[in-house]
Amino acid sequence: MTTVISGYADLPELIGRMTGDEKHAAVATSTLDVLWVLYDRVLRVDPDRPDDPDRDRFLLSKGHAPMAYYAVLAVKGFLRPDELDTWATFDSRLGHHPDRALVPGVEIGSGSLGHGLPIGVGLALGLRAQGRPCRVVVLVGDAELEEGSNHEAIQVAGRLGLDRLTVVVVDNASASLGWPGGVADRFAREGWAGTTVNGRDHDALYTAFTRDHPGHPLAVVAAVEPKEYRHP
Amino acid sequence: MIASTLTTPTAMRDAFVDIVTAELEVNPQLAVVLAEISADRFERAAARHPDRVLNLGIREQLLVGAGGGLALSGLRPVVHTYAPFLVERPFEQIKLDFVHQDVGGVLVGIGGSFDGANLGRTHQAPGDVALIDSLPGWTVHVPGHPAEVEPLLRAALAGQDRVYLRLSTETNRDAHPGTGFQLIRTGRRGVVIAVGPVLDAVLDATATADVTVLYASTIRPFDTAGLCAALSGVDRADVVLVEPYLRGTSAHQANEALSEVPHRLLSLGVRRDEELRAYGTPAEHAAAHGLDARTIRAALDTFLG
Repeated sequence: MTTVISGYADLPELIGRMTGDEKHAAVATSTLDVLWVLYDRVLRVDPDRPDDPDRDRFLLSKGHAPMAYYAVLAVKGFLRPDELDTWATFDSRLGHHPDRALVPGVEIGSGSLGHGLPIGVGLALGLRAQGRPCRVVVLVGDAELEEGSNHEAIQVAGRLGLDRLTVVVVDNASASLGWPGGVADRFAREGWAGTTVNGRDHDALYTAFTRDHPGHPLAVVAAVEPKEYRHP
Repeated sequence: MIASTLTTPTAMRDAFVDIVTAELEVNPQLAVVLAEISADRFERAAARHPDRVLNLGIREQLLVGAGGGLALSGLRPVVHTYAPFLVERPFEQIKLDFVHQDVGGVLVGIGGSFDGANLGRTHQAPGDVALIDSLPGWTVHVPGHPAEVEPLLRAALAGQDRVYLRLSTETNRDAHPGTGFQLIRTGRRGVVIAVGPVLDAVLDATATADVTVLYASTIRPFDTAGLCAALSGVDRADVVLVEPYLRGTSAHQANEALSEVPHRLLSLGVRRDEELRAYGTPAEHAAAHGLDARTIRAALDTFLG
C-alpha cells in the first residue's frame, strides 16, 4: 500500500491502521488535536536528529491509547506508516503504551499514571542547569491528575519558576470525583501561568502554547468533549 | 557543617557529603537531588551550585522522578534520603523513572536496616536490597566502614549505570576497601560471607571456628567467581550468608552460583517472619534478628555440625 501522507487529514486513516476501526474512533481521540498542534507548530524536533541535546522534549505522560501519538509521529517522519500495521504485536516497537527505548523520538515510556510530570520537572531542571534553551512539554489527563505525584511536581515547578516547562491537561471530564473550581485552579494557586482553551481549536491551542510566561511554568487546559464511557 | 576531611571521615554519611561536595566542583555533569534529609549538610554546595543541588522538600515521589528526569537531560543524578523514603515509598519511580526509561543514577540511602532502632518500623527498611534486586541492572554497595565509601562512591559518580549505595551508622573496626568477595580468613569447614557492617560480628563469632570468611562491600553484582574460589579450599560446599538486611536476600544468587555443585546454604539476616515491634539500640535489634556474634556462632555450630 503506497500512501502519501502529509498532514492532519491523514491521521484518521493512520489511526485506523492500528485500531482497524472506522474514522469516528480517530476523531474521538481526546489527544489528537493537541498532539497535532504541538508537533506541527510548536515543538522544535527533527526526526533526523532525535538525540539532539537541544531539541524540545514532549512527554506523553498519559500513555494509554497512544494511537494518535503514533499517527502524528508517522506524519512527522519519526515512524514509517507501514509500521503502524504491526501495532501491539510481539515484535512491534509500538505497544498499547509507548516505550522510549524502542522508538526514537519517544521521550519517555509511560502507562502508569503520574510519572511524566515529575520526570518533566527533573528534565527541565537538568536542561536549565546545562544552559539549554529547549522546552519540556508534558501531556497529562484530567483523571491522571488525581495521582498525588503530580501535585508534588506542580508545587515545585511553580516555586522554582520553571518557565521552560509546559503542562497540557487534556480535560475530558473523566476524573471520577471531579475538580471543583476547575483543573486550571490547581496550577494557578501554585504560581503557574495558565489558560483553558477548546482542545479542538488549533489556533487557540497554538496561541496558548506560545504565549509569554517569563518566570512561571505554563499550564494549558485543553477542554474536549466529556468521555462517553469508561475503560474497564 | 562539614567537619571531617576526605581522608578521615568519621561516619559514612559525612564521607558521602564530603565526596559529593568535592565532586560537584570538578564534575559539571553531577547533580544532587534531596528531599529535606541532609539538605543542611549540602547548604554550602547548594550556595555554590544552586542549579545542581536541588532540595525538593518532603516529596519523595518527585525526588526519584526528578532524578530520572535529570538523567534524561544528560546529567548524573545523585538521589538521596533516608532508606525507607528512597526505596520503599517511591519504588515504582525507581522501577519506571530509572529502569524502564533506561537511564542511570546513584541512589544513596542512609539508615541501614535499623540505624533508627529507637525510631520504630517507619524508619527501617530491611527490604531495600531485596527490592532493588527485583529490578535489572543495579550495582549495590553495602560499605561496612566510612573509609570504604570513597572508592565506591567515586566510581559510582564517574559511571553511567544504576547504583544503590546503602549507608549505615553501624561500622566495622577495620576498613576493607576493595571489590568482589575479599578473603579475610581461611578455614576448612565452610565459607561464611559477611556483607557490610556485619563483618565484626562474624569475625567475633568465628574467632575459634575453622571456617573461611569472605567480606563483601559490593553485593550486586554477586561475586560468583570469588565464592567458587573460596569453596575450592574447604572440605564441603557449606555456605553461610550473613547480610545486614532481609534474611536470604542473596540466597538465590548463591544457589545459582553453586547450581552445579551439591551444597548447603544457611542464610542469616533480618527476620522475615514477623515485624519487630521494639525500640532500643541497633545492637539490640541485631541481637533480636540473630545478627549478634553469639547467635551467629550458635547458628554456625548447628549448621556445620
